[in-house]
This record gives sequence, C-alpha cells and structure tokens, in this order.
Amino acid sequence: MVDVLAGLAKALELILTGDPLIYDIIYRTLLFSGIATILAALWGTPISMLIALRDFRGKALVKAFFNSLIGIPTVVLGLVLYLVFSKGGPLGFLELLFTPGAIILGEAILVTPILISIMTNAIEAVDPQIMNLAKTLGASSSQASVAVLKEALNGVILSNIASFNRAIAELGVALLVGGNIAGLTDVLTTAISRYTQSGDLGFAIALGIILMIIVFVINGIVIMGRKAKWLLTVWRMPSS
Amino acid sequence: MTAIVKLKHVTKTYADKTVLDSVSLQVLDGEILALLGPNGSGKSTLLRLLAFLEEPTNGEISFQGITIDGRNAEQMRLQSSLVFQQTVMFNTSVYNNVAFGLKIRKIPKATYDEEVRNALRLVKLEGFENYPARKLSGGEQQRVSIARALVLKTKLLLLDEPTANLDPKNSGILEEVIATVNREMKTTIVMATHNMFQAKKLPTRIALIEDGRITEIGAPADVFGKLSKNIAGFAALENTFRGNASVTSEDTTLVDVGKGVKVEATGHCEGEVSVFVNPQDIIVSMDALESSARNVFKGTIVEIVDLGALVKLKVNVGRLFVVQITKRSFAKMGLNLNAEVFLVFKASSVQVI
Repeated sequence: MVDVLAGLAKALELILTGDPLIYDIIYRTLLFSGIATILAALWGTPISMLIALRDFRGKALVKAFFNSLIGIPTVVLGLVLYLVFSKGGPLGFLELLFTPGAIILGEAILVTPILISIMTNAIEAVDPQIMNLAKTLGASSSQASVAVLKEALNGVILSNIASFNRAIAELGVALLVGGNIAGLTDVLTTAISRYTQSGDLGFAIALGIILMIIVFVINGIVIMGRKAKWLLTVWRMPSS
Repeated sequence: MTAIVKLKHVTKTYADKTVLDSVSLQVLDGEILALLGPNGSGKSTLLRLLAFLEEPTNGEISFQGITIDGRNAEQMRLQSSLVFQQTVMFNTSVYNNVAFGLKIRKIPKATYDEEVRNALRLVKLEGFENYPARKLSGGEQQRVSIARALVLKTKLLLLDEPTANLDPKNSGILEEVIATVNREMKTTIVMATHNMFQAKKLPTRIALIEDGRITEIGAPADVFGKLSKNIAGFAALENTFRGNASVTSEDTTLVDVGKGVKVEATGHCEGEVSVFVNPQDIIVSMDALESSARNVFKGTIVEIVDLGALVKLKVNVGRLFVVQITKRSFAKMGLNLNAEVFLVFKASSVQVI
C-alpha cells in the first residue's frame, strides 16, 4: 500500500512537471496509433462501402469473418506478425521487425476488423433511398456512394474512434513486433509493462493515468463536437 | 408536339414477377402526362425507368432520339429528375439539399446560390435555407424535394404521387408549382397518381395503367369518357365506384354503388356511371350531423395509416371509403380500429364520370 501511494505521488509529480521521457512516450503512442488508424481507414473504408452497398454471394460470411476478428487476442496477432517480419519470414526482407513501422502496420491490421464492422453497419443503416436520390439528382455511382457515406458520418467517426482506442490500448502487437525499445518503439502500454516489472511504480502509474486521460479526452472531444454541431443547428433555425 | 421520350415494348421483371408488360409510350415535349392507376399497377417502376435508374428487362427506351443503355444511363440521368412519393432528405440543411444536384454539376457557388433561393421562393419556403431538412413537416419536405428537382432545370421532371401524403394546403401549393413550372419553364412532366380528381385537373394527357399495361391514353375528357371499359381495375382507386345512376325528384343524381350504398351527386346522369369522391372532401363525425350535406353514411374504421401530420382512414360503410383527417382531430375524437363513425360529404363533392 505504501508503494502504491508513493507511486501515485511520483506519477503526479512526473505529469505536472512535464517529464520529457513521459511526453516522449505519449508522442510516440499517439503518432503510431494515429497513423495505424489512418491506414486502417484508408483500406477499410472502401471495403466497408463495398460490403454495405453491394449484394454478393457470401456477404454474410464476409461480415461474420470481420466481426469475429474483432476479438483476436493482440498477442496472437503479434506472434503471427513476428513470424512474418522476422528474418526467416516472408516479409523479413523488409527489415521491419522491432521498428516503428512494424507497430504501425501491426496495429493497422489489428483495428481493421473493428473499423470495417462498425462502418459497414453504419452505412447499411442509411436509408437505401439516399443512393437512388443522389442518382436522380445526377450523381454517378461513386458520387452517390460518397453521399451515402456522408449520411453515415456519425458511424464513420465512431468506427475511427473505436479503432484508435483499440490501437492505443493494445499491448501484444506493440510488444512482440516493436520490441519495447526505449526511445524508439516503446509506447504507453509496453512502457507500463516494463516499468511495472522493474518496480518503478511511479512511472507505471503515471503512464496508466495518462493513457486513461487520452481515451477520455478523445471521446469527450467527439461528443462535444457533435453537441456543438447540434447547438449550431438549433441556433440557425428560423423563428416561426 | 414531338416526343421527348419513347418506350418501345418495355418489359420489367423482378425475379419471376412482371411489373411492366410490353409498354409502348411516347412522352411529348412540354406536356404534363399523368399515369393514373391503382397501387401496384407499375406506375413507380415506369417512373424509375424514365429516370434511367433502372434498365428494362426487354424493350427499348430512347431520350431525344438516343437509346438508353447501361453505358450512357449515368450521363442521361442529368437530363431528368425524379421526386419520390416518400420524401427522402439528406441529413443537412434545406439549402444543401436543394443545392446537391447543382454541386454535382459543378455549378459555381455564386450561380447556384441564386438558383437555390429562387427555387425555395417558388415553393414558398424562403427563410428556411438553414433549417435542418429532416425537421420539416412532411408537406414542407415534399416542397423541398420539388425545389431540389426544379433547380436542376432538367428537360424531364418525374413526380411519383407528389401529393399523396399531403394536407390540402400543401397539395394546393404543389399543384400550383407543377402548373407554373410546366407553363413558364416548359418542363415536360410525368406524374404518377391514383387520385382521379388530380388526374382530371392538371395534365395534358392521361395514361391509364393497370397490371403493368397501358390500357388507355389521351386527353382527360377522352379518357374519362372511356373509363367505363376499364373501371373494373379502377375500383382499386381510392373512392372510385361503379354504379347505376338515376335522376331524383330533387333534380340530383343518385348512384347505387352496391351493398346498400347510394351516393348523391349534383347534375343529371342516368345509366352505368363511375363516381369519385376526393378523400379530402369527406368529413368524419362521431354522430350523424344535421347539415346540408346529402351524403351521410355510417360505417366502421377498418384501417388506419399514419401519414405524419395526417391520418388516412379506411371506413367500411358497405363500400370502402378512404378519408384523410388531421392527426389532432384523430386524437381528439379518440378514433381507433372498429370505431363506428359517420362519413359526411356534399353532393357537389361527387364527381360523376
């Protein structure tokens, strides 16, 4: 108990004094998870639109496949990617193992099923007549698809937020393919693991608090952003 | 008048159901053509083909001499616009809804801004530019839909039951807009309706459509004069009945439409006729009203359809009548299924054909 209290005190000191080591890890974490989310969105968005807007044989199976991958243990994926990126693996020539690139790619692969599942559901929930409406107003098929995507904006944002949260909070992929190299590939989760095992509870607790704050702040910004949009809408309504 | 659209033996089949059966039709430049038929007759499908949203299973459609196929349909869609029966709004402001098609066409903002405001003025929605479109009433949304289509100034404007779910005020505004657009902008309009009253009033020509086939086409006076041959199918039209007319001692016409129901109309008619009563002209009452109305029937509510601000009731008085009342009246009267009500309407509200 004394250790825990001492750790908490140390954590607050580190956060409030702006310890450069802490903020270096925070920056790396946000950068890797942010790029991973963007990558997942880049390839996941067209896949989601294809699944949601087209009818094809095996559609239910494809959706079930992505849904089931949401729960993949991060350490299992980390192990698979380790074998792929290692010297003897099929992508060993890329020399990605224990580099930031491996973490980014690994996390992007990890969160893709979440992004696709949520985004697909959001697009499917859009009134099917929106597509026809856009076409009757002169939109091409791709322009009409974009119109549908815009209607699903809340779900699209949610899918990205959920993906980012999963990326930032995962441990297995970052640890196994990143190697937790101090100053290069250590992120919040791997650093928490390292400092806990080494007995440096102050650092571990500080990083844990920061991780939680990041998650709450991002979600808070999204909620406030949507609330601001609603208030703006109300303000703009003409008085009857 | 030259034909702007030609359909040659057009058939449309979904799975094993034939919705349109070898339809041949010409839409003339500058006319208002009404497609009159009951629900399920193929009107909406025909409009979707004219909007180049779908291709026919068989047959050919041409627009200004160009045959439409999968390769040019997307381009040809810029020449027509379709307003759906059920309003569909993008989740944004009224302004952005109306401007959508203009933005697709890459019209500069300075130009489309004026067009959007003019269109909203035409449908009497000026001042609503920034209003969230989905928060409008059903009638206002339908007016936005019309503005959204009009602003594109397409050669062909297609309307699927534009006033089906509207109150008399909004219906009146829309009918006025349709007439104005055709008269001043020379827009060719094809509108689907199952309202005989509207079909008589607005169009240059009427095409009767039943079970996916066009059975009659011509000027309203000609078509309604021949309606007797086709009326069996049109019994499905709202408040349209076939019966035997005789002149009464009070110089009105009494039409026996069967099942103990006799409808009184003004004027002199004898023999087999069709009668039509606009659902909006019928009053619903809990008691038999003492009034000048000649037609009072007691019946039971057998169907209730929520149309947003309005409620549509089907009342069985021996024959089925469709009536429209406001939701407020519906709630105030405490109506529900199987409730006994009285339907009241004047002899002058009855159209005899």
